[in-house]
Amino acid sequence: MVNLRLVSLIRKEFIQIVRDPRTLALTFVFPLVMLFLLGYAATNDVKNISLAVLDQDRSAESRRFLDAFRTADYFHLDFFVSSEEEIRSLIDSNQARAGMIIPPGYADHLTGGRNAQVAFILDGSDPTVASTALAAANLIGQAYSTRVLAMRMNRVGQGSGLDMPLEVRTQVLYNPGMESAHYMIPGMIGMILQFLTTLLTATSIVRERERGTIEQLIVTPLRRWEMILGKLAPYVFIAFFDTLEVLSAGVLFFKVPINGSLGLLLGLAALFLVTTLGIGLLISTVAHTQQEAMLTTMFTVLPSIFLSGFFFPLAAMPRILQWISYLVPLRYFLIIVRGIVLKGVGLAAIWPEVLALSVFALVVMTGAAIRYRKRLD
Amino acid sequence: MIRTWKLGKSYGNRPAVVDLDLEVRPGEIYGLVGPDGAGKTTTIRLLCGALRPTAGQVEIAGVAMERSPEEARRHVGYLSQHFSLYDDLTVEENLQFFAEVRGLPGGAWHKRSAEILAFVGLEPFAGRLARHLSVGMKQKLSLAVALVAQPRVLLLDEPTTGVDPLTRQDFWQLIIRLVGEEHITVLLSTPYMDEATRCTRVGFLREGRLVMEGTPRSLRQLLAGRVMELSGAPDEVIQRVLSQTTGVLSAQRFGDRLHLLLDPHHRQEAVEKIIRGVEAEGGQIVHLGEVEPLLEDVFIALSEGFL
Repeated sequence: MVNLRLVSLIRKEFIQIVRDPRTLALTFVFPLVMLFLLGYAATNDVKNISLAVLDQDRSAESRRFLDAFRTADYFHLDFFVSSEEEIRSLIDSNQARAGMIIPPGYADHLTGGRNAQVAFILDGSDPTVASTALAAANLIGQAYSTRVLAMRMNRVGQGSGLDMPLEVRTQVLYNPGMESAHYMIPGMIGMILQFLTTLLTATSIVRERERGTIEQLIVTPLRRWEMILGKLAPYVFIAFFDTLEVLSAGVLFFKVPINGSLGLLLGLAALFLVTTLGIGLLISTVAHTQQEAMLTTMFTVLPSIFLSGFFFPLAAMPRILQWISYLVPLRYFLIIVRGIVLKGVGLAAIWPEVLALSVFALVVMTGAAIRYRKRLD
Repeated sequence: MIRTWKLGKSYGNRPAVVDLDLEVRPGEIYGLVGPDGAGKTTTIRLLCGALRPTAGQVEIAGVAMERSPEEARRHVGYLSQHFSLYDDLTVEENLQFFAEVRGLPGGAWHKRSAEILAFVGLEPFAGRLARHLSVGMKQKLSLAVALVAQPRVLLLDEPTTGVDPLTRQDFWQLIIRLVGEEHITVLLSTPYMDEATRCTRVGFLREGRLVMEGTPRSLRQLLAGRVMELSGAPDEVIQRVLSQTTGVLSAQRFGDRLHLLLDPHHRQEAVEKIIRGVEAEGGQIVHLGEVEPLLEDVFIALSEGFL
């Protein structure tokens, strides 16, 4: 039997959503804005680091060495300077992130079979850029020196059968290009679901109280569970819409592969939603105004995003924060969504997380439903 | 139709309603009056189940609010003091929503809301957003919403506050027609004594207690012979003399006259003292005589504890 009261409540909620431009923008535009911002701007892929070069040798050998840097994607040889001070001042003024000095006599040392040295100066203020630049410079330097070594061996007639004693052959699974966007975008689904559904349910319930409409709603024969369900259902719909919106944009614009089952993903998103909607409902029972609801949501959701492994890997966090992160439901959902989208795993691989989310869903929603009162006092 | 037994509500240890025994019979228009903070709004909210009592019980149409709130609320139409409908929904959408959640069968709301809109005179505004209505129209919409599911009991919390006199008149015509045509029982609170006079019975609340109850006529009888009307000049002299005369309990201005409430035991000597006092100070009394007490006089006497 169709519950007309419930249908009516849900329809009313949708009319209100559609007539409120701010809610509409938050619901449909915000996820896309976040997606593009994070997809393009918040990337950890450091490329095109601006490099200032002081080549005091000016030989064919030094130019060949610089070519090795030029051909790698990591550096952009923007400045050729004539003194060390210039390198410092370029780094000071943020025009260059790194500098390289090839001392006089570089070619002589190299061809003479001796040890040639180059200096690499680095701006360490942004650790992400610095560590990438350092690793890249080391790698390029090593590869180049291996090549030089091989040539020397050739010259002395031992080069014919020269093989490196050890070679590490790497194979990158799931995200071979190691694109940040591929990692960030599935995570975005979790973040947006958490943020939007919690915020929207909390404010929409508090709004009834703030505007006094709750007084009229209370004196209707609507039951408590009908009021809760009627308030939450529209946001479940919006959440699924947003999930598909983010996924499609991710596939279209960032070529994110969806390796796993979309059905499983949506099913587990529903499980996650029970928790986030429950948190929204809980917040609505403590906040008196929409502003309070908004601030409380920020206060709850923002730390949980940082502790979820969305931006920073959990494994790198201090032990105490890692323990706290077990209390963050988003943590589990991120593992689930990244697992399904990137690795294409099934339930067998992620059941511990699913179990954890189920416990959260049960506890949070039950607690919220108990606290929710259909009265003014 | 509406009954309470020893109904009480406290916030912490501050009582808002104390030991309230109320019985409103079918077809009555019962008026709750009393000074601000006397507990009128709290009482009405207890009656419709928006607040949970800390003591006692409420029964609406024979259904106990405590035991079956949804069933009891089915019989109630409620108009709150502050506009509590959705201002981002149209007049008609508000009606439809509340008709459906109050359990009017699907489809039936359309005929009923057309009826109600015609009844309150809002037909031309059916498609207008509630936020674009005037205060008076908002109150009419609130009444329409309260009526849409054909309740047997109507609870109105200061329905005409902030409404212009003409609309107030309309509003009362509607209420009187409702009682006549739909046999609805009405309980309302009002700050206006002329409105209280129109009720079948009036109850006075003071500090959460029902201190007096009766028909407007019987209440006015309480002050029979104790109210005198006075006009004269200059004003300062008269005010000074009145404040110095024992036996004058209060003096209220009604236009160019004053209504004096007199202590029944010192009535005659008070009158003589006033006349002598005003003359001695060089003032002049134009008129001093007994009048029929108004409900206002009763209200003041009750509020100040002279009854």
